[in-house]
Amino acid sequence: MVEITNLYKKFGKNEVLNGIDLSIKEGGIFAVLGPNGSGKTTIIKTILGMVIPDKGSIKVFDSSIKNNSDYRHKIDYLPQIANFPSNLKVNELIRMIKDLRGATNEDQKLIETFKLQPFINKKLGTLSGGTKQKVNIVLTFMFNSPIIILDEPTTGLDPISLIRLKELIAAEKAKGKTILITSHIMSFVEEVANEIVFILEGKIYFKGSIEELKAKTKQQDFEHAIANILTENHV
Amino acid sequence: MFKILKYSFFDLMRSSWSYVYFGFYLLLGIVLLFLNNDLSKAVITLMNVIIVLVPLIGTIFGVMYYYNSKEFTELLLAQPLKRSSIFLGQYLGVAISLSMSLILGLGLPFIAYGLFKSNAIWDFSLLLIVGVFLTFIFSALAFNIALSNENKIKGFGYAILMWLFLAIIYDGLFLMSLILFEDYPLDKVSLIGTMLNPIDLSRTLILLKLDISALLGYTGAVFKQFFGTSFGLIVSFLALAVWVGLPVLRITYKSIKKDF
Repeated sequence: MVEITNLYKKFGKNEVLNGIDLSIKEGGIFAVLGPNGSGKTTIIKTILGMVIPDKGSIKVFDSSIKNNSDYRHKIDYLPQIANFPSNLKVNELIRMIKDLRGATNEDQKLIETFKLQPFINKKLGTLSGGTKQKVNIVLTFMFNSPIIILDEPTTGLDPISLIRLKELIAAEKAKGKTILITSHIMSFVEEVANEIVFILEGKIYFKGSIEELKAKTKQQDFEHAIANILTENHV
Repeated sequence: MFKILKYSFFDLMRSSWSYVYFGFYLLLGIVLLFLNNDLSKAVITLMNVIIVLVPLIGTIFGVMYYYNSKEFTELLLAQPLKRSSIFLGQYLGVAISLSMSLILGLGLPFIAYGLFKSNAIWDFSLLLIVGVFLTFIFSALAFNIALSNENKIKGFGYAILMWLFLAIIYDGLFLMSLILFEDYPLDKVSLIGTMLNPIDLSRTLILLKLDISALLGYTGAVFKQFFGTSFGLIVSFLALAVWVGLPVLRITYKSIKKDF
């Protein structure tokens, strides 16, 4: 599905990725975890082709992503910070993305789920952070792509929207999609993820299920297991 | 690319800046015609304004649009679009909307004044063509500077310096070198020196077309011999086209390698 081999990336003198090897199989939810600045977002952005790696290769569906843009038809991406052109209206933005990616009817249903009707004719610059994140979610989930990448999807969401998001993720998983999530909310990760990948200083420190992580760190619950890794490595 | 071009273009058309720019040229055209009371004279005055102002506005607009549409760009980068088409689409959106403001803003008052019945129509058309070239050249250069500088302030600074250099400093250096080496034959050197600066090139092109090469002084005769012929005209337009082409190529090259 997604094959990352020997990935290196430096920003100036800052070595963000130090030889990442990661293979993500089809179906299920993978959580990418790690402290701030460990390279989670950079990994995601290299998969999307927004960051160009210094070394290494990435294959999506067995074809290299280098100098390729068509493979992004197979990926839905929810960016960490919802940055939208502020002078566009919500419905104009949705129409524009549909124009660029192809037709879909899912958007109406999603707008209803997240109660966005009152904002549909408002400019994106006037929306609150949480509402922007909801628009972001609508844009991400309205296409039926086999891979979904969510970078901090819970940011700014109220409890009801969070429940709806979890339902949405569960429904997508049931369709057999592959979902990649980064989050700092451990309870959220524990609830949804099938497998976790822990990144530390640009390397993969652990890859496996939550049970395996608990066993490895000899901790009772997930949050302490993660904290254990961090204190042992002096982060 | 055309979809991006369409969105950038309409985005700019809705922004008040395009109207300010359009209104400025409209006013300029009307005032010049009112003051000069003569089409040909208005064209000459207009040239002096266009040669300096069009590059400045192209530069500022290009840098400003690039930095302002960063969010839009990041949104587009995650979509199945080629990078080159994202950036070329945005660049063309800026250059075309600026050119439209220029052509309409200046064209309307001159047409209303009776341009089509006048002899000045070819001079005026040349002026607009050169103005469009300068818009394309300087917004492409501005995009290049913005692509290479993450820091907005630095980007703006370099862009303004670039304009200052090409519009003013270059002329000074050029003149000084001509005085310094006046004992040597300088006709070829000055010809090449003019080709290397799009603003100089445009000015020379228009001055010769307007038949006021006396303004050029010392090298005037050489220039007239060269630019006056159809060969000279073709070479000048080719040079302007190269001035558009090279920065555009670099936009494509640079955008493919950049991290977002």
